[in-house]
Amino acid sequence: MARNPVELAGATPGPSFEITMDGRAVPVLPGQSIAAALWSAGILAWRTTRVNGRPRGAFCGIGSCFDCLATVNGAPNQRACLVPARPGDLVTTQEGHGRADLAV
Amino acid sequence: MPTSPSEQPVPPVPPEYDLAIVGAGPAGLAAAVTAADLGMSVVVLDAAAAPGGQYYRHPAPGLGAARPEALHHGWAVFADLVRRLDRHIGTGRVRHLVNHHVWTVERGGSTAWTAHAVTGPDGPGQGRAAVTSRALLLATGSYERQLPFPGWTLPGVVGAGGAQAMLKSGLVLPGRRIVVAGSGPLLLAVAGSLAAAGATVPAVVEAAGYAGYAKNPRTLAANPGKLLEGAVHGAALLRHGLRPRTRSAVTEAHGTDRVEAVTVSRLDRDWRPVPGTGRRIACDALAVGHGLVPQLELATGLGCATHRTPDGTYALVLDDRQRTSVPGVWAAGEAGGVGGAQLALTEGELAALTIAAVSRSAGRPDARRAVALRRTRSRLRAFAAVMAAAHRPGPGWPGWLSDDTDVCRCEEVSAGEVRAAVADLGAHDARTVKLFTRAGMGWCQGRMCGPAVDCLAGAGTDPGADSSADACTDAGAGPDRRPLSCPVPLAALSEPAALPGRAGLPAITEEP
Repeated sequence: MARNPVELAGATPGPSFEITMDGRAVPVLPGQSIAAALWSAGILAWRTTRVNGRPRGAFCGIGSCFDCLATVNGAPNQRACLVPARPGDLVTTQEGHGRADLAV
Repeated sequence: MPTSPSEQPVPPVPPEYDLAIVGAGPAGLAAAVTAADLGMSVVVLDAAAAPGGQYYRHPAPGLGAARPEALHHGWAVFADLVRRLDRHIGTGRVRHLVNHHVWTVERGGSTAWTAHAVTGPDGPGQGRAAVTSRALLLATGSYERQLPFPGWTLPGVVGAGGAQAMLKSGLVLPGRRIVVAGSGPLLLAVAGSLAAAGATVPAVVEAAGYAGYAKNPRTLAANPGKLLEGAVHGAALLRHGLRPRTRSAVTEAHGTDRVEAVTVSRLDRDWRPVPGTGRRIACDALAVGHGLVPQLELATGLGCATHRTPDGTYALVLDDRQRTSVPGVWAAGEAGGVGGAQLALTEGELAALTIAAVSRSAGRPDARRAVALRRTRSRLRAFAAVMAAAHRPGPGWPGWLSDDTDVCRCEEVSAGEVRAAVADLGAHDARTVKLFTRAGMGWCQGRMCGPAVDCLAGAGTDPGADSSADACTDAGAGPDRRPLSCPVPLAALSEPAALPGRAGLPAITEEP
């Protein structure tokens, strides 16, 4: 009986690397999406909604629902379930539409 | 008026490929290798970084998974398809364009298609591409159907297929104690995978029963493979001490910033929650879904005819050669109605044989093989119809909505707002509800809320009144229409794609 998914798949990943989520270091196994890395760190939400400011994270896992939008390296509205994590990526909680910097 | 060079007709350019296939899941892969075996030149465009689609989604190479088959049924079939695909890629007969999300297909003249794609994952640096082909095969698959309930937007509530997808590709779980709920056979597979991967699954909750299957003993008897599949999933669950609770649903998820517990209620025949039957189950995640919805926007954009399947979703009308109603456009797999991987493999191969039969550049396909595939296809389609009918949402499910439940996740439109649009403003289809409330107008373009809004809009002014009319599955004015199948960044559009010239159309140039 496997204790975790990595054991179930008999995985021996390459060396892990780090990204940060709002400044917190998050370890990543090579080949994981940003959403997968955040889930394995127990982080389920990385955006707040535009109307009610509610927390959201990954929902459909396949790029259809757009709930998992994240700001990565300053660029908002990226589907975290589809974007592969790269060493040193800075993920920050996306507030609403993530374009507050464009407000006039 | 002097004519500038740009107004001279552009001579026609022959299409680059005999066949373009959108989607590299079971149907697209089976079609690609079959068409290439027969000598056709094939391009496969797929949004993912590796072949397999959702069904054969698997860990990226960097994860070094020695046993990817542990997360799959029928992995050997996929491994064989990939071997054949790689061989054809090696000879140059197949081109597999990964990370290519096709957002529209346009007709260029009578026999050529141009598929336009956004390339690369979201973020800066996305580009665009276009390929032309004589024939087009849509193998676009499906996504999960959701029915909202109070608390379904809490973090930790994820799609059942979503949990499966994240597990298959990222080797991660959304929590340690995961309730699995909704309707359809996928739930059994998901619960089995989650438990095998070390999660505790305190409950598997199925809104329908399994009795619906027994109404069609002949179809069941003709599909021993499908019964065996069900038995395998059932046995796996029993090994983990899991017995699905039927005629029950998660009617509420509890928590403030993430899910901490769910309420499971018994349902009556119409899926209306039975008062007083709610039981609270502690969990740190919920995987929920109600079957799958064919992904049709490219097809409907081209004008392909659709029909309503027994579970209330729309699927493409296909003839026994996998042809859509639009000449030159074929489809295979879930786009023609959700029926599983084996059906998709069968239809992909069959489509390739029938495309080859009318292609000047292909060898002669084996007619006997096509007959055998057609037989398998009808058998599996019959099973798919039984499955769809058995898990069709009951008309009473809106009984578990409270007025403040968000129905549209993107635009945060509540059930109360949708009901007011129907009762007070006279909306009676999803499109009108969208105009009044913005439900379905957000990022996902109604993929998540569409089935629910359809149902609430068709349910008339008193959703609780008449249980004899099946408003949910009689509602709807046709399949969702989405002009673009994915977000297309303006930055990507500003880069000219390598667009082929088209007969009779002037090249687009900027006037000075």
